[in-house]
Amino acid sequence: MKATDTSNPDYFHKVVDCQWACPAHTPVPAYIRLIAQGRYSDAYLLNRDSNVFPGILGRVCDRPCEPACRRTRVDEEPVAICRLKRVAADHRDDISDRLPKKPEHSNGKRIALIGAGPASFTVANDLAPLGYECTIFEKLSEPGGLMRANIPAFRLPEKVLNEELQYILDMGVDLKLGTPVSSMKAMLDDGWDAVFVGTGAPKGKDLYLPGREEGAANIHIGIDWLESVAFDHIEAIGKKVLIIGVGNTAMDCCRTSLRLGADSVKVMARKPRNFFKASEWELEDAEEENVEIVVNHSPKAFVTENGKLVGMTFELFEYDIDDKGEITGQRVIGEETIPCDDVILAIGQENAFPWIEQDAGIEFGKWDIPVVDEETFESSRKGVFFGGDAAFGPKNIIWAVEHGHQAAISIHRHCQGLDLHDRAPREVELQSAKMGMFEWRYSNSFDASERREMEHVELVDRFKRLNIEVELGFSAEQIAVEVQRCLNCDIQTVFEAPLCEECDACIDVCPVECLSITPGADSEADLRQALSQPEAPEGQSLYVSAPLPLTGRVMIKDENVCLHCGLCAERCPTAAWDMKEGVIRIPHADDQMETVA
Amino acid sequence: MTSFVKPKIRRLNEPKNELGKTRADYDGAMSTLCAGCGHDSVTAALARAFFELSKEPKDVVKVSGIGCSSKTTTYFLKDAHGANTVHGRMPSFATGAAAVNKNLTYVGVSGDGDSLSIGLGQMAHAIRRNVDMIYMLENNGVYGLTKGQFSASSDIGSTAKKGATNTLPPIDPAIMALSIGATFVARSFSGDKAQLVSLIKAGIAHRGFALIDVISPCVSFNDHKGSTKSYAHTYQYYHKAVHADYVPPSEEITAAYAEGEAMPVELHDGGSILLRKLDADYDPTDRAGAMSKLLQSQQTQEILTGLLYIDESRPAMAEHKKLPETPLHSLPYSKLNPGADVLRKIQDEFR
Repeated sequence: MKATDTSNPDYFHKVVDCQWACPAHTPVPAYIRLIAQGRYSDAYLLNRDSNVFPGILGRVCDRPCEPACRRTRVDEEPVAICRLKRVAADHRDDISDRLPKKPEHSNGKRIALIGAGPASFTVANDLAPLGYECTIFEKLSEPGGLMRANIPAFRLPEKVLNEELQYILDMGVDLKLGTPVSSMKAMLDDGWDAVFVGTGAPKGKDLYLPGREEGAANIHIGIDWLESVAFDHIEAIGKKVLIIGVGNTAMDCCRTSLRLGADSVKVMARKPRNFFKASEWELEDAEEENVEIVVNHSPKAFVTENGKLVGMTFELFEYDIDDKGEITGQRVIGEETIPCDDVILAIGQENAFPWIEQDAGIEFGKWDIPVVDEETFESSRKGVFFGGDAAFGPKNIIWAVEHGHQAAISIHRHCQGLDLHDRAPREVELQSAKMGMFEWRYSNSFDASERREMEHVELVDRFKRLNIEVELGFSAEQIAVEVQRCLNCDIQTVFEAPLCEECDACIDVCPVECLSITPGADSEADLRQALSQPEAPEGQSLYVSAPLPLTGRVMIKDENVCLHCGLCAERCPTAAWDMKEGVIRIPHADDQMETVA
Repeated sequence: MTSFVKPKIRRLNEPKNELGKTRADYDGAMSTLCAGCGHDSVTAALARAFFELSKEPKDVVKVSGIGCSSKTTTYFLKDAHGANTVHGRMPSFATGAAAVNKNLTYVGVSGDGDSLSIGLGQMAHAIRRNVDMIYMLENNGVYGLTKGQFSASSDIGSTAKKGATNTLPPIDPAIMALSIGATFVARSFSGDKAQLVSLIKAGIAHRGFALIDVISPCVSFNDHKGSTKSYAHTYQYYHKAVHADYVPPSEEITAAYAEGEAMPVELHDGGSILLRKLDADYDPTDRAGAMSKLLQSQQTQEILTGLLYIDESRPAMAEHKKLPETPLHSLPYSKLNPGADVLRKIQDEFR
C-alpha cells in the first residue's frame, strides 16, 4: 500500500470529526480553545466566519457535529459543542467594529435575494463587503424566515435573532419587507446581475382524512400555525391538543401549545421511539414539560360533532423489528379514539414555487424541486441560484448557511465572468503546537469529566410568557469543565518517517493502542491486522507512513480511536511524531483568486 | 518523562483476557525514563505477556536492583507485589522469596550493570540453584544512569558517546549462563515485541531460572554511530535463530510442521513450548552447540536471538531443596518451629 498523502486537505479535515460533519465546516476545537482562554469575542468571530449565526445556531442548530464527536468513542456523551457555541455568543463583547463595513464604493453589480432566511442572509453577508448591492425581498413584516416564523421565542429569543441579522444589514444590505415576489419573469426583467432564491420549504403537509373539512376550524398546519403564533395572529388554543407527527416541528408545536393555554398535549407517533425524526434533546425538552408522546398510533379519521372537532381516531399498530432495528412487518391490532379540542399537523413540509412561471427558463425535477447544480447551486438558468431548503428540500439552518456560502462564491464568479466550477480549493495549514519539553499550545491531558447538563428555567415559571427562554446557558464552572472535554482533534499527529528509529516508544505509550509498526501490505485490511482493534467503522482513515529507514517497515495509525493526547510525540526521542495544529482553510467568496477592487 | 499520566480509556470491543481484564489493567505508573528508552518496550512486553497469560497481578512478585532497568518494575503490573533491592542483590532477594513461597510468579528485572558488574556473583548462583523465576536482563552496554560509561557488556572497539573506545572484552550473559547450567537461555531485542512477548510467556511457564538477555538501547548515551547496542546497529545485525511459542495446557498443537522444522518441548505445567528453527542447523536443546554458535556469532557481530537453549529436565530450586508446597506464612507455628526437642535431635545427628 502506498504511503498516505496527508497533503490532501481532506485527510486531516476528516480526522476532525465535528468539523467534517458540520455542513459549514466550523472549526470546533479551535473555537473551544478560545473559549477556554476566555476569548469569547474571538471564539464568536471564528464561528461567524463559518456559520454566520453563532448566537442562533448555539441554541437551535441541528448539531450534526455532536453525534460525530470523537468523544463518543471513549465516553457516553459528546462534547456539548452547540452549548459552547452559545457561550461564545452570550459572553462576547461588542464586536460590531470587527465586522466588515459597507464598502465605500459599489462594484455596480446588483443581486436580488428572495426570502429573508438564513440562506439569503449568508449570501448577503459574503457579497455585500465585496461591493455587491444586495437587496433582500421578504413577504413577511420581519426578516429571519423560519428562524422567526417557525422557531418559538422560548428557544430562540428575538433579541439574539435581531442582533445577528442586523450585523449583515449594517453591511449595506437593502431589506424590503412585506414585498412578496409574485413573478420570477418580472424579477428577471428587472436586470439583476444575479438572482438568488432562498424561499425555504414553506408548504406544510396536510392530512386528508374523513372529517378534515368539518373540523377545519380546529385543525392546523404546524408551520403555518407557528408562524401565526410568532406574528401574534394566534394567542390561544384549546385545552386538549393532539400533535400529529414527531419531528422537530412537532416538538415546537407541542411546547408552544402549552404556553397558549393547553393543559393536555399528546404527540402522536405512528412508529416506535427509535424511528422518531425529532432530535433526542428536543424530545427530552418536550417530555420535561409533561408532553405525552404516544407511539404506534396511526391517524385514521377526525371525529366531529355538530361541525366541530371533538377527537381523532387512530389505528393501533404492532411492528416486527429485526436485530438491526429495522421494521420487517406490521399489523393493525386495534383502534382508539382520543378526544381533543385542536389538532396540529406536523408531518413534513414541501417546496412550493407558485411564483416561478413554467416558461421562466428554470427547470424543475422530481417533487417540483428545481434542478440545481450541487456544487454551484446554479439552476438551469444562468445567473439564477437556489439555496437553503429551496434548493434540495427541507434540511436545516446550518445547511442553508453552507448553501449561502457556496452560492455566494458562484454569484461572485458569475458576475466576474469566471468559470463557476473552477473554485478555490480547500487547503490545510500545519503549525507545530510544540512550546517546549512536554509543553504544547493546547491542553493535552485527558479529562474524564462527564458532559455538563444545561440548566432550565423552573417549570412553574417558564409558561408565564411565550418568550421566556428555557435554557439558561452554561455557568462559568460548567464552561470550565466542558471545554476540557474537547479532545482537540485538530491538533494533528504528524509523522516524519525519515526521523523514526523504531524504538516503539509511541506504540507503548499510546493509551488507545492505535499505532503499530508492521511490514508493508497490499491492502488496508491486511495492515489493520497489526492493530489491537483491526476493525474500524467505515469512512475512518488508516494512516500509512513511507517505509521506515532502519527496517523498511511502515508506521500505521488508526485515526479512528486516536485521542490527540500527544503522548506519542512526548515519548518520541527523535520528534518523528509531532503535534501540529491543522487549520483547514474553507474558501468563501472573499477567498476566490480574483478579488474586487 | 511525560507531562501527564497515561489515562485509562474505555474502548469499544476492547480485548479482554480470561480474567476479564484489559491490557491496560497490567500497566503501572507512568515511566520516568528517557523518551525512546528500550526499557519501556520491555516493560510493555511484560505487561502484554502477563495479560495474554491471564495471570492475576496479585500472584506476581516483581524484584529489581538499582539502575534505569531496575526502576521499570514500577511501570507494569501496579497490583503486583514488588521490591527494589540493593544494587546487584536482587537475585538473592528473589531466591529467598521463592524459597518461602513457591506459588507466586517471580519477575526479576535488571540491567547489564546490576547483573554483570556488581551483581555478577549473585546472578550466577541464582542460575546454579535454578530459582523458579524469569530474569529480564535489559542490556544496553552502557551505564546510562551515570551518563554513559562503558559497562561489562560493551563490545571491544565500540565507542562511547564522546568518542572513547572500549578495549575490555564483554561478558556475554547467555554464554556465561550456559556455562553454569542455566535451563532457559534466550536473547531478544526491545524493538521486536512479538518475539519478546513469546519468550517472556515461555520463560514464565518454564520451571526454573529463565534468563532473557534483551538488547534494550539507551537512547540518551548509547544510540550513536560506533555503538554496538544502538537501534540502528541492532536492527542491522539482528538475527532470529529460533522462534518459541508458548502453548498453554488448554490448547493443542494443531498445525502440522515438516520434520525437523518444529519441535515441541513439554513443560512441567502441562503446556509446551513450540520451537521453530529459523536456522536449520541450530538445535536449542544442545548446550555445547548453542555455546559454540554464540561464540561464533561474537566473531561475526551477529546478534543471535530467540530461545537459544532449553532444558526442562533439571529440577528447580524448590524441588531440589524439597521446599514445602505451602507458603511459610500459611504453615502452622508448630511446623515452622517444632520446638527444642526436635532441634536437639537434629543436632545429635551431627555429633
